[in-house]
Amino acid sequence: MNKRKGRLANLYLFMVFVLLYLPIFYLIFYSFNAGGNMNGFTGFTLEYYQALAEDTRLLGIVVDTFLLAFLSALLATVIGTFGAMMIFYTRGRKNRNVLLSMNNILMVSPDVIIGASFLIFFTVLGISLNFLSVLLSHVAFSIPIVVLMVLPRLKEMNPSLIDAARDLGATNWQIIYKVIIPFVTPGIIAGYFMAFTYSLDDFAVTFFVTGNGFSTLAVEIYSRARQGISLEINALSTLLFLFSMILVIGYYFISQGNTSKKQKSLNKSRQEAIDTL
Amino acid sequence: MTKTKTMYSIPYILWLLLFVVAPVLLIVYQSFTDIDGAFTVGNYGKYFTSSTALRMTFNSLLYAGIITAAVLLISYPTAYFLSRTVHKQLWLMLIILPTWINLLLKAYAFIGIFSVNGTINNFLEFAGIGRQQILFTDTSFIFVAAYIEIPFMILPIFNALEEMNPSLISASRDLGANTWQTFQRVILPLSMNGVRSGVQAVFIPSLSLFMLTRLIGGNRVITLGKAIEQHFMVTQNWGMGSTIGVILILSMVAIMLLTGEKKRRKGGNRA
Repeated sequence: MNKRKGRLANLYLFMVFVLLYLPIFYLIFYSFNAGGNMNGFTGFTLEYYQALAEDTRLLGIVVDTFLLAFLSALLATVIGTFGAMMIFYTRGRKNRNVLLSMNNILMVSPDVIIGASFLIFFTVLGISLNFLSVLLSHVAFSIPIVVLMVLPRLKEMNPSLIDAARDLGATNWQIIYKVIIPFVTPGIIAGYFMAFTYSLDDFAVTFFVTGNGFSTLAVEIYSRARQGISLEINALSTLLFLFSMILVIGYYFISQGNTSKKQKSLNKSRQEAIDTL
Repeated sequence: MTKTKTMYSIPYILWLLLFVVAPVLLIVYQSFTDIDGAFTVGNYGKYFTSSTALRMTFNSLLYAGIITAAVLLISYPTAYFLSRTVHKQLWLMLIILPTWINLLLKAYAFIGIFSVNGTINNFLEFAGIGRQQILFTDTSFIFVAAYIEIPFMILPIFNALEEMNPSLISASRDLGANTWQTFQRVILPLSMNGVRSGVQAVFIPSLSLFMLTRLIGGNRVITLGKAIEQHFMVTQNWGMGSTIGVILILSMVAIMLLTGEKKRRKGGNRA
């Protein structure tokens, strides 16, 4: 590629990044606007952050949202990890593929369908719509991603580790806790992170299965945005953006261990291919 | 091991039965009930004879198609150029980062940008064109939906391009192909799998978006998702809502079959 083309490519990438980040920085910029709207910047102020700090209802919702994400990710990780083990140790490729396809149904379903069908499900069972129904839904749609994060680690594990543990007299549960779980931990952590963000990100499912008593941030913003603009929301987005940055950086460092190993095995298999040629 | 396996499998199997199998069966069952809960096929009859419902479905598919095409047009070059940069992983992280910001917050930002007194209109007035109605138009809906979906298209295409063996490009050059021929005959066909999964990842959610139709589209565009939400949350006609839900599921399956990975010959191209 010659220099001129390279420069055009970089310009194009630069434009895409500007497009991707402009709305986010727009929100952040106007959170400091004394003018009270997102139309013209009239002066610097922190009053919306102060208003946010005094808005106990909104802060309560933020706490609830994070609590929900924390709990649902935790439960989904436990169930999903054992689910991945179940799929991995199922005999027969065909059976495994059937289980995996069923696992992926909720991954590909539109969230409106998940929300509507869960709403019918809770109504049929007579479960009232509150924190519990939202929590159950979030656990339910987070399980498949945990399974997908843990499965590759199980595949990487050397099966003779389990034979060795059994020869040394370990019981089944000891094998699980002392051999399998420690080995797949990077996958479990990645799964937890993904489940956490799925929960934080969700709007549609929560919108369907939540009742009057419980609200998450996304649902609250939806109802506030319909009434127009309030810069408190901007202040909140700024804080959430910073939080996401921290999460992403944390995730990046954790997944580094994962990818470098994957990279290594990829390089190794390439080397083997070259050797055989 | 079998007994232990049964023990630890119980929660996962319960999840499969209660939250995967049961909801699908329930939504299909519900689609055959009328507003009082009695069995009927009337919902389907009403759906297939109502011109508004059919037009709504067609429009929803059309808009999803436009959104997907726009996203693909922007994302393919992005993924292609990204796969040729030096710090790929870092740039990729920067593409993913906006997806961690809640969808509603991004929609909210666009309400500010597009509003009558918003930034774009200020610019238009400054440029002498004058203020336009931007928010609550079809264009703004397509723009914001495309904006939200872009990262989900870039990722699979980028991965497909990364998986490609770079020596194939050198080989094509050595055999006398120019840049365009190499792209057309080698790079594009080999990245089609990424494009297919990208199209799936964008088209299906575009059919079901419902908060954007309200906040950005001003309910001018009715997607399948919006219709379902209306029937469930506003008119309380769950039977009809479920019927449209089943239609949405069927269109999803159709899209997946259409864009599904073609059976590839094993051990073909890669060394």
